[in-house]
Amino acid sequence: MALDADSQNSKAGWQIGRLWSGPFAVIGRAAIIWVDNLGASAIFLLLAFLKIFRSKQLIKIVQQIYYIGARSTMIIMLVSFFTGMVLGLQSYHALVKFGAQGALGTLVALTLVRELGPVLTAIMIAARAGSAITAEIGIQRISEQIDALDTMRIDPLRYLISPRITASIISFPLLTALFDLVGIIGGYVSSVLLLGANASTYVYRVQTSMDMKDITDGLIKSIVFAVIVSTVCCYQGYFTHMRTDSHGAQAVGLSTTSAVVLSCVLILVSDYVVTSLLI
Amino acid sequence: MESPLIEFKDVTKRFGAKSVLERVNLQIYEGQVTTIIGLSGSGKSVLLKHIIGLIEPDEGTILFKGKPLSEMKKSESAANLAQISYMFQDNALFDSMTVYENIALPLRETTNLSKAKIDQRVMARIEQTELKDAAHKYPSELSGGMQKRAALARALVTDPRIVLFDEPTSGQDPVRKNAILGMIAQYQRKFGFTAILVSHEIPDVYFISNRILALYERSIVFQGSPEELENFDHPFKEEVIRSLEGLQKELTGLYSKRQFKVMHHVQLKQTTSGATYCVAVFSLDDLDIIRAGAGHDAAQVAIRSLGSYIDKHFGAIGGFSTRRRSNEFVTVLPYSDLKEAESILKDFAKDFQERGIHDIRAGARKRTTSAGGVEFTVLAGIAQGQPVADIDSVIDAAKTQQKEIARLRYDGRRYSR
Repeated sequence: MALDADSQNSKAGWQIGRLWSGPFAVIGRAAIIWVDNLGASAIFLLLAFLKIFRSKQLIKIVQQIYYIGARSTMIIMLVSFFTGMVLGLQSYHALVKFGAQGALGTLVALTLVRELGPVLTAIMIAARAGSAITAEIGIQRISEQIDALDTMRIDPLRYLISPRITASIISFPLLTALFDLVGIIGGYVSSVLLLGANASTYVYRVQTSMDMKDITDGLIKSIVFAVIVSTVCCYQGYFTHMRTDSHGAQAVGLSTTSAVVLSCVLILVSDYVVTSLLI
Repeated sequence: MESPLIEFKDVTKRFGAKSVLERVNLQIYEGQVTTIIGLSGSGKSVLLKHIIGLIEPDEGTILFKGKPLSEMKKSESAANLAQISYMFQDNALFDSMTVYENIALPLRETTNLSKAKIDQRVMARIEQTELKDAAHKYPSELSGGMQKRAALARALVTDPRIVLFDEPTSGQDPVRKNAILGMIAQYQRKFGFTAILVSHEIPDVYFISNRILALYERSIVFQGSPEELENFDHPFKEEVIRSLEGLQKELTGLYSKRQFKVMHHVQLKQTTSGATYCVAVFSLDDLDIIRAGAGHDAAQVAIRSLGSYIDKHFGAIGGFSTRRRSNEFVTVLPYSDLKEAESILKDFAKDFQERGIHDIRAGARKRTTSAGGVEFTVLAGIAQGQPVADIDSVIDAAKTQQKEIARLRYDGRRYSR
């Protein structure tokens, strides 16, 4: 009887201990998986980066610049124009209360060049081209096209991943510059043409308030975002078959969603980190 | 004894807790067609993927020319793998590329050949696989059979020394299945590569295979020639071969070799002493020339037509037939003497020459590349046997009696008999 009581006490203690440690175990497992994926992504990026400089890559890189960069031009121009307009509109009404509408050009230009340009450009490309990259590579994975490359002695990292990462590194800063330019024009349209702010002051402030560091910082951010978005999207597509939560077409869909969500989150997180380092 | 090109020694593979291959031992010899047979999901494709390095074994050793792959330097291993091509079960064609681009891909990416040279090699393969009209179409615009041929062309464009075929005939109609197998056999003879097939097209694969490997319950339970498999006594034969063998009727409508032997055995038991029976042997002459000139489909259509006419004429009088080789049929007429058999053969020849040949015409009309035209010649011979005699000797006797009974010549524009 005494033994039974001891045994029951011990069992109850074990269950209470398990109840307490349960959440920690879940968090621990998730952390291990997260660190594991982070390490794998870093190796994936490194291997793909090393293969950029192999032969026969130029044509593929140009093709990817077209798909990732050139075909995103219209959406970037549209978004940046209205972002600039809203920025001009809000800033004008805020500044006019303090009689500081002369600083409108400075506010619009610096906000766009240092923050909104790189971030919104990266998010837009992640949504448009990043999702397409994940879906395309994911389908190639589940339909054994990537295995077929292996059997033909064509390195899938060289053939599929390196050109996309390179094209992103080239396209993101160019599209960011376009975003900045069109955004500033949008700000001009809303504040000067629609609300009647002084045109010369707006242009003068835009010119004088920005120095080269503002522009380079924005472009550095866009390169960081390019690496993040392209790596996350390619990685998610490339390892679609390793997902444990789904298979086949459903896995491609989930990988695409994960790629876009993760890209957006990492863009914002890295934006803070890079800004704090550059400022 | 010749040393094997590829050898598995106690290879085991598990996916999680599930064991797929368990201490697999096998040998594959150079220049042969080796077919791995087994039920669906038995691990045939997994086995094949070990050979090309897409999957690595958990235990055991894979030897290439006597040397373990795991002990090879990276460059040596890469050089060996470079000799191997792989044709996937679902083709694995790039759907954003045309057929031409798919076939050209390995040459463009792994060689320094000029554009003109690549074009020449790709077009040669496209013509050989009868895909000229589909060269600039995307895979989604092609039928299943054409996609298979495109995958086959891509696998052969690098002139590999070893080609692995993962269920090359899956999802095809009976004529196309046999056409693809015929194509593999023809290219294997022409280019001399080592072919390793995964298939459950029994007995069609027997006609093209030098060796059969039987995968059963995670292990290789048989290695040998198709003839040796006939005498193999194992549950594999009962469970696997008999369940798959029924497919044979799809093409010819005739009995499988095994069923044919059983029927012959039963017939002998019922025959009274002193009674005789007749055996007829039919052949479609120069099958390789027909394949080259009129295409693989036309050759298979001709074989199917011949099989169905044999069944129609000889089945009606109690005869039973089988396809013995890719171009040869044997019919046993258990109740007929030589005179009656010859009379039926005469009727058969007349009917086949007049009507059966229409099917062949339809098949040949699609493609005739041979400058001098193509000739379809059917030979037949009859011999009389006694129940005590071995059937093979009666078949041999019938073969020696073979003479031409029907002929169709097609020169690309018109037919002549």
